[in-house]
This record gives sequence, C-alpha cells and structure tokens, in this order.
Amino acid sequence: MQLTQSHIDYWQKNLRLTAILLAIWFVVTYVMAWFAIPLAEIKIFGWPLSFYMAAQGLRVVYVAIIGYYALAMRKNDLEHGVHEGEED
Amino acid sequence: MATSQKSFTQQLKKYYTFYTGGFVVFVTLLAIAEQMGMSNKWIGYCFLVFTILLYAGIGIMSRTVEVAEYYVAGRRVPAFFNGMATGADWMSAASFIGMAGTLYFSGFQGLSFIMGWTGGYVLVALLLAPYLRKFGQFTIPDFLGARYGGNIVRSFGVMAAILCSFTYVVAQIYGVGIITSRFTGLEFGIGVFVGLAGILVCSFLGGMRAVTWTQVAQYIILIVAYMIPVVWLSVKHTGVPIPQAVYGKVLERLTEREKELTADPKEQEVRQIFASRAKAADDKLKGLPASYQTEKDVLAKKVEDLRTAAAPKAELDAAEAALKKYPASADEAKEQWTKDKASATGRTAPPRPHATPYPGKDEAARDTARLNFIGVVFCMMFGTAALPHILMRYYTTPSVQEARVSVFWSLFFIFLLYFTAPALAVLAKFDVYTLVIGKSFAELPRWVNAWQSVDASLLSIVDINKDGIVQLAEMVIGGDIIVLATPEIAGLPYVISGLVAAGGLAAALSTADGLLLTIANALSHDLYYKMINPNASPTMRITVAKSLLLVVAIIAAYVTSLKPGNILFLVGAAFSMAASAFFPALVMGIFWKRASKWGAIIGIIAGLGVCLYYMVHTYPTFISWFGTTPIKKWFGLEPISAGMFGVPVGIVTIWIVSLLTPAPEKEVQELVDHVRYPSLAGDIDTRGT
Repeated sequence: MQLTQSHIDYWQKNLRLTAILLAIWFVVTYVMAWFAIPLAEIKIFGWPLSFYMAAQGLRVVYVAIIGYYALAMRKNDLEHGVHEGEED
Repeated sequence: MATSQKSFTQQLKKYYTFYTGGFVVFVTLLAIAEQMGMSNKWIGYCFLVFTILLYAGIGIMSRTVEVAEYYVAGRRVPAFFNGMATGADWMSAASFIGMAGTLYFSGFQGLSFIMGWTGGYVLVALLLAPYLRKFGQFTIPDFLGARYGGNIVRSFGVMAAILCSFTYVVAQIYGVGIITSRFTGLEFGIGVFVGLAGILVCSFLGGMRAVTWTQVAQYIILIVAYMIPVVWLSVKHTGVPIPQAVYGKVLERLTEREKELTADPKEQEVRQIFASRAKAADDKLKGLPASYQTEKDVLAKKVEDLRTAAAPKAELDAAEAALKKYPASADEAKEQWTKDKASATGRTAPPRPHATPYPGKDEAARDTARLNFIGVVFCMMFGTAALPHILMRYYTTPSVQEARVSVFWSLFFIFLLYFTAPALAVLAKFDVYTLVIGKSFAELPRWVNAWQSVDASLLSIVDINKDGIVQLAEMVIGGDIIVLATPEIAGLPYVISGLVAAGGLAAALSTADGLLLTIANALSHDLYYKMINPNASPTMRITVAKSLLLVVAIIAAYVTSLKPGNILFLVGAAFSMAASAFFPALVMGIFWKRASKWGAIIGIIAGLGVCLYYMVHTYPTFISWFGTTPIKKWFGLEPISAGMFGVPVGIVTIWIVSLLTPAPEKEVQELVDHVRYPSLAGDIDTRGT
C-alpha cells in the first residue's frame, strides 16, 4: 500500500474542508454564545436574534454543514479514485 | 450486491409505510372507542400492550445467531434508516419529556442543552463517523485497541464505556417506570419490570439487528406523538399549524406578560409573604436548639386554647395535625426548616425573563451565567461525539459514504424534535401565564384540577394571599408536566395523552436498548472474546453476549428500583465523562499518526481523572457520598461541565506524552492511512468477523 501524490492531495483537501466547516461551526456556536447579550437587541419576526439562533437557527446551520460535507467528500472521493466499489 | 441493497431499501420503505399506516389506524380506532365510552385506564393499557407487542414482533422477526448480524446488523442498514434509528437511540426519556420542561423553566439558559446535543453531530460527521466505518469492527474499544495496540487501552475503553452507559441506562429504565405507572396505574416497581421486558424483547434475540429495526419503529411513534399536541396548541394561540415558524409573536407577548407579572402588586404581595416565611424559617433555624421546644410549645398551646374556646372542629383539627406533624427531634426540625427556607426563598423572585440571555443582577453574575452556558454546550457537544452507543451505530452502514450521509439523516431526524421543543415551551408558558395566572380559582381550566389531584409535585396552586385569584408565585409546577399535559392544555381527547405516553415509552426504550447493547458488547466482545478467550466459536460468542445482556439488564433494573436521586445530573455527568475519556484519544488517533500508545493511556487517565476530580469535589451529592473535601469552583463552572477541563487536559497530555515516547509502529501507521481513505488499492482488511 503506497500512497500517491493524488492520495496526499485528497487528504489535504479533506483536512482543509474539515477545518473550514469546523471554523463555521465554532463561530456560529461559541462566538454567538459569547455575544448573546448584544445580539439579543436585534429582533427578527419577534425573536431576539440570539434566542432564535440558539433555539432554531443553529439546527439548520448544523444540518447544512453535515449535508455539505457528505456531498463534497463524495466528489473528492471520486476525483481521487478512492471511492468505494459498488459491491462493498 | 448493489441491486440487492437497493431492493432491500425499497422493501424497508414499503414495510415502514405500512407500519405507519397501521399505527394511524390503531390510534383512530382507539379514538373512536374513546368516544364510545372506553375508559382512560384501558386506553393506557392498550397503548402499552400494543406497542410492546409490536416491538417484540420486530425483535422476533430479526432474531439471529450470526456474529456480524448480532453486533452490527450485518452492515447493511441504509443511511436513511440508520438516521432514524440513531435519532431514537439518541432521544431519551429526558429529551422527550424533560427537555420542554427545562426550557419552560430556564428559558434561554436551557437552550445550551439543545445546542450541544445537536452541534455535537458536526463533530461526529467531520471527525469520527466515516473513519470508524472504514475501520469497521464492532465496538469503540475495538478501535482504541487496534490503533494504540494492546489490551491496556482496550480495557480502559471498556471501563469508560460501561461507566458512561450504565448511569445513562438507569435513567432510561427510571423513565419507563414513571411513564407506565402514571398511565396505567401500575406500581413503579412493576412499571420497571414491564419496561425491562420491553427492552429485552427488542434486543435479546437479535442484538444490533433487532435493536435497529425496533428503533426505526420507535422513532416513528415518538415523533408523531410529539408533534400532534404542539401543532394543536399552536393553532389555539396563533391560528397557524406550524409552531416553529410563528411562536416568535407568542414570545413577544410572553415577554410583555412577564413584565406585567413582575410589576403586579398582587404578585409582589405573594412574593412578600414568601420572603417573610423564609425569614421566619431562618429565625427558627438560628434559634436552634432552644427554638425547637418553644415552637412546639406554641403549637401545643394553640391546640389547648382552641379546645377551651370550643373553636370550630375544622380549625381544631388543623391545629392538631400541625402539632402531630411537628418534627420529632431538633435535628429533624433543622432539616425541615432548612427545606422550608429554601422553598420559600425560591418563590420570592419575580419570573425569570424567558428570552433574555444570561440574566443576572450584575456583570459578574452575567459572566458566570455565560461561562456556564458555554460550558454545557461544550460538554454536551464533545460528549455526543464520544458516547459509544451513538458512535457504534455508524458501524452498521454499508459504506463510508453511507456513514457520512447517515449522520446527516441522524441530525435531521433529531432536528425535527429539537426544533419543536423550544416552541412547545413558549406556547405552554404563554398558555399558563394568560389562561391560568390572573384567573379566579373558580374558573380554572379543567386540566389544572385534574393534574393537581394526580400529583402535587407536578402541579399545585394554593391561594397564599387569600384573594381568590391565582398568582404566578402561588403555583408550583414540575417540568415533566409540560409534555405530559400538553394534549389536555390544548383541549385534545385522552387518546392523544395515551399517544404521548407511548411516545415517551418509545424514547426511553430505544435509548435503553442501545445502551444495554453497548455495555453487554463491551463485556462479551472486548473483554471475553478479545482478551479472555480469542478461540471462542461464533455460537459461544453469541451465547455469552446474550447471557451478559440479560445479566446487565437485571442489574440495571435492580439499581433503578432503588431510585437513586439526581438522575438528571448523572446523565449530564455521563457526557462530561465520555468527552474527557474518549474524544481526545479517538480523534487524535485518526488525525495524528504520531499519537502513541502511552500518549493515549496517560491521556485517558489524565482527562477522565481531572473530570472526575472536579465533579467529586464540587458536586454536593458526590461530596457526601465519597466524603471528599469541597473545593472552590474553578471560574465558577458548574460540576456538570467538568469536561471543559477534562477534554483539553486529555488532548495536551496525549500530545506531550506521544512526543516523549517512540512513534507507533509501521502497521499502526498503515492502519491510520487505511481508515483515512474510503478505498485504497491493495487495502488491508480490518473488518471484524
């Protein structure tokens, strides 16, 4: 089992994608929580923004992050020829 | 194989569509029966018996004696269905019944739990699920054992898995006991036994395979049961059947109402009465031990006076009862008065603003509230990404890509409930604040009286200031009532209450199944097969696995029947412990080839050690159990969030110790490459058999 340059690129790409998505995850979760008091001044449809994000909005962001990762990694698998065979 | 997997998925879809249809028909028939005069008790029994028989049926159909079927459902559970099963596995009695209640009481602060319990799946998806699936064995200790080589790490994995899962499973069986006893009138002990039977019929014959297919069935019941009453309540208050989209307006009105209640003179009067009661109790406490006798004399004298004055019988009886209830000794009096003081003090505060983040009297209090909010979010997230019974589910998908997609579906199905719980809390609170508070005692809604007579700890309203009007400060309400009574608050027939109970039961049973299997598998696979008897035949392994499952279940039920207190804290603690023990070793094992055996061993000890040390020295119950000396809370962080110290300590320890010890061998490095790529030419095969 010898890793080729393509394999190494694949892993680098995966690491980059993971890092970017985790950065988004960190900002919407922890930075939002840190600034929850000033963010509560902003109102959307009756909800204070920080309440809305914590109660509803973040759920959507999380689902979107995971969905995007699954799609992007399928593409990455195919591009670098490390996708699984049909029978496995 | 590809076509057979496709037709298998098709077949599953057909089965579960039929099943859902059948369930709807069943509920409709019961609704008709209720209109024709079927009693509430029988409706409760029907739901209990029907659903447990249903799970038993699925369990029997999925029975198996094959090792891979028993441990990982044959690795052919499609992403969509694994998502549903994970959803049911994940959402426990606490999520289903307790979550909305927590949000009702703590408002914004309570949202930390749902943030953590959903955001943790991002970590599962990005850092763990696909790699564990590629590794493809049976348990989490399996991975630790293979990656770090040797039985030491594996046995730590086994111990930590049992420690986290056992506290959690006790809470589930407890939930089953509560639900069955409330809705059928059976005793708690019998309720626990019925629950145990319900759990075993799902898992005993078919292991993971049976648990998976019953969990899918249980998810469908629990989500339907949760949604119906909330939608109805939303129509009642907003006219729109999509509560998640419109409760913002209700939240605005609720905030207005909170301001009214804070300023209301009658409310202030009642809060004042509680303040003086708290002070009276405090004075009595300070006067101990002398006050014990003087107080007793006062009561005795009152009885004498009433008797000589030939007072009305009711008044005399009340005075006599008060004397009879008087504590038997100064120590008991101290205990009683401390309780009185605490409960009265708790009722002197104005309502907590629901939508405001980190309410507090000054900057420091707000900062502590914020830190604890973030602490809970952190620990619930990293705990989610480390609890073995959840991670194990991603071994069951047919491929790495399916595992990635499966995390998406998992969170989607969990999302449906967690998206709704905050709406339910606001709607129910608004209902109580406007339709109960401020009304006269004579015109209370029917559900209030019904629930008051069921259980005073769930709901009790006493006219403290004798004005005939209900003040908020006069009401004591238990968290569980929010979900359990929603059908009645919304004005729905009893059959929906039965449905909610069935949903709660499904939530508790499905989680308990997953946890019991995790514990029994850690013992039968990791301890027995991998460490004690590697030559055991497949038949022998399955027999051992099933026997252990039975033993663990009985021990868990026995512990539950002792009613250990503070179950909710223990569940939270399990997340912190799992995060501290597993997360650093698992993730660094995948992303850092240099992570070494001793790094992992010392890292697990250090992380879990710091976490346990902090809990044992800051949590009052543990302090009295273990006789430890209390320490000052670090940065004011609550003991439930001890993982906030444990996880970083674990990561740093693994890092430092790994660099000080030799790099892992070539085989281990190859294993890491193996799990990183879904498919490699000339790949090694690590699948468990």
